[in-house]
Amino acid sequence: MDAFTTHTGTAAPLRRSNVDTDQIIPAEYLKRITRTGFEDGLFSAWRKNEPDFVLNQPQYADASILVAGPDFGTGSSREHAVWALLDGGFRAVISPRFGDIFRNNSTKAGLLTVLLPQADVEALWQAIEAGPALQVTVDLQARQVRYGSTSIAFEVDDYTRWRLLEGLDDVGLTERHLADVEAFEATRPSWLPKVQPALPA
Amino acid sequence: MPKTLAEKVYDAHVVRSAEGEPDLLYIDLHLVHEVTSPQAFDGLRAAGRTVRHPELTMATEDHNVPTLDILSPIADPVSRAQVEALRKNAAEFGIRLAPMGDRDQGIVHVIGPQLGLTQPGMTIVCGDSHTSTHGAFGALAFGIGTSEVEHVLATQTLPQYRPRQMAVTVDGELSPGVSAKDVILAVIAEIGTGGGQGHVIEYRGSAIEALSMEARMTICNMSIEAGARAGLIAPDQTTLDFLAGRPHAPQGADWDAAVEYWTTLRTDEGAVFDREVHIDAASLTPYVTWGTNPGQGLPIGASVPDPAQIPDENERHAAESALAYMGLTAGTPLREIEVDTVFLGSCTNGRIEDLRVAAALLKGKHVDANTRMLVVPGSVGVKQQAEAEGLDQVFLDAGAEWRGAGCSMCLGMNPDQLQPGERSASTSNRNFQGRQGKGGRTHLVSPAVAAATALTGRLTAPADLTDVPAIAGA
Ligand code: SF4
Repeated sequence: MDAFTTHTGTAAPLRRSNVDTDQIIPAEYLKRITRTGFEDGLFSAWRKNEPDFVLNQPQYADASILVAGPDFGTGSSREHAVWALLDGGFRAVISPRFGDIFRNNSTKAGLLTVLLPQADVEALWQAIEAGPALQVTVDLQARQVRYGSTSIAFEVDDYTRWRLLEGLDDVGLTERHLADVEAFEATRPSWLPKVQPALPA
Repeated sequence: MPKTLAEKVYDAHVVRSAEGEPDLLYIDLHLVHEVTSPQAFDGLRAAGRTVRHPELTMATEDHNVPTLDILSPIADPVSRAQVEALRKNAAEFGIRLAPMGDRDQGIVHVIGPQLGLTQPGMTIVCGDSHTSTHGAFGALAFGIGTSEVEHVLATQTLPQYRPRQMAVTVDGELSPGVSAKDVILAVIAEIGTGGGQGHVIEYRGSAIEALSMEARMTICNMSIEAGARAGLIAPDQTTLDFLAGRPHAPQGADWDAAVEYWTTLRTDEGAVFDREVHIDAASLTPYVTWGTNPGQGLPIGASVPDPAQIPDENERHAAESALAYMGLTAGTPLREIEVDTVFLGSCTNGRIEDLRVAAALLKGKHVDANTRMLVVPGSVGVKQQAEAEGLDQVFLDAGAEWRGAGCSMCLGMNPDQLQPGERSASTSNRNFQGRQGKGGRTHLVSPAVAAATALTGRLTAPADLTDVPAIAGA
């Protein structure tokens, strides 16, 4: 995955709560077996059916930071939601609360999810709407969101931050601890189920 | 220190823990389906990795499968390619796959328990958020994304942070016609779709203990709709009775050893939950959703809410756009809402008991003339059992459609979809915009409400069915 250190760009105000992953990318786009090329599915129903949907407005067409209401990314575990946001040009999403699996997925794929209190999100929405060209910086190094003269600290655990800053993938990290995995496996009770060999019909 | 059930299962699977890093958790069972796995297998191939434990991995075809004509090639080329990718990957990496036509095929969360692969105290993952279903057995089971699927395939482990603990206690007795689905819809309406975020929910209390395994699965299934990643219930005699004799359940001395361990799997006296919620079972009536997220539900006797009365601004906007999408007017009694389609199925309510409940209400009656009813068993096993009991004939006589096993209209990746503007009463778990087909409108209901609704053509509780005529001669 690509490393994330700091990113500056324009932002889109998505004034909606409970944006589930079915809205981020509907099921019909999940049939693909590649890991890229999901931009056409991104918010496709809203882009198609709602002319004034925020991403249909030209001033937000190039936004690379999405600022959403609470409970963004709830529902289905589809990592395609993260891939669609990345393919659609987003590097970071800011929200007061994220769905757990979405947040996990984002850290695996290099999309930064930033938790900010609702009041800060509201202020940011207003600032963007007052000037859509506003440059917003999401700085993972300094753990800050900055725009104009405003600077807001956000929390991210050290380990996730390190992985994102370095662009490290988890499988390689876990493989360093293979001896621990083998030691654990030696202690597993023998009655735990195995899928194979297949049972007689 | 006293521990919760979830903490016990978690602690028993920690392979490695180090300050400032996530724990490395061992995974006992990995379930795989065609939608969230192809990119993970590609990742393995690209890195030259293998599947560490093919014998702890089970794959099935469920999301894309047509429910008619399942032995012909899938008509949609993109769906077909996805299913074929799974077949190729399973063969290449040595994984047991239950393809269409196989006796074990079905929705991933229905076949695990059915085969006895889901057992108390295990860690179970799947690239699917409703993996929480398996928590009904006292397993720690949760959904993961595709990158994590790849990680589990390669290492049989997952980096995890210790979840917070929530208890939802449901005491008392459920009234007739009120089911597990109504309990969980009420819980979600109470705590909201983000209420369980970061938590594992343990369901407890006398009303939960009285439930069958099927009903417990319905409750744990929808933990994710309350924002929690996992839900679980302590194993008891009901759990053991369900498991005994299943194909993959331990036998003989192994069974005794397993049972001895399983009986330790309960929350200790004095264990601390980060959050507790109490529900009085006797106060519950059938619940239905009116909006576009599962938290937007009400007792069936209520009316469509008026957004203007909702104080929270976010909630108010959400309600306004939900009503616009759903084509509903504030103040309309929920019982007056007419539906085009009734869907009985999914990993929430596609098990044998769900079909029995619906069949009992439909027996000798006919589905409303303007309503179609789709009955989709959760697995081939459920289908065969239902046919052995003659339930298929009850559904067919009532004018419902009896289909093959799969996810079907729960998410419409196969041809079973709502048309734009169509409205369904559905026993599935998500009423999101477009979930059952573009522009489709979904009301989540229990199997009993689904059957009652099919008979009248509008949202109906089973207790309302006093004047539906029986079919002449039946
Ligand atoms: S039945 Fe629905 S919720 Fe369950 S696994 Fe299938 S698509 Fe997902």
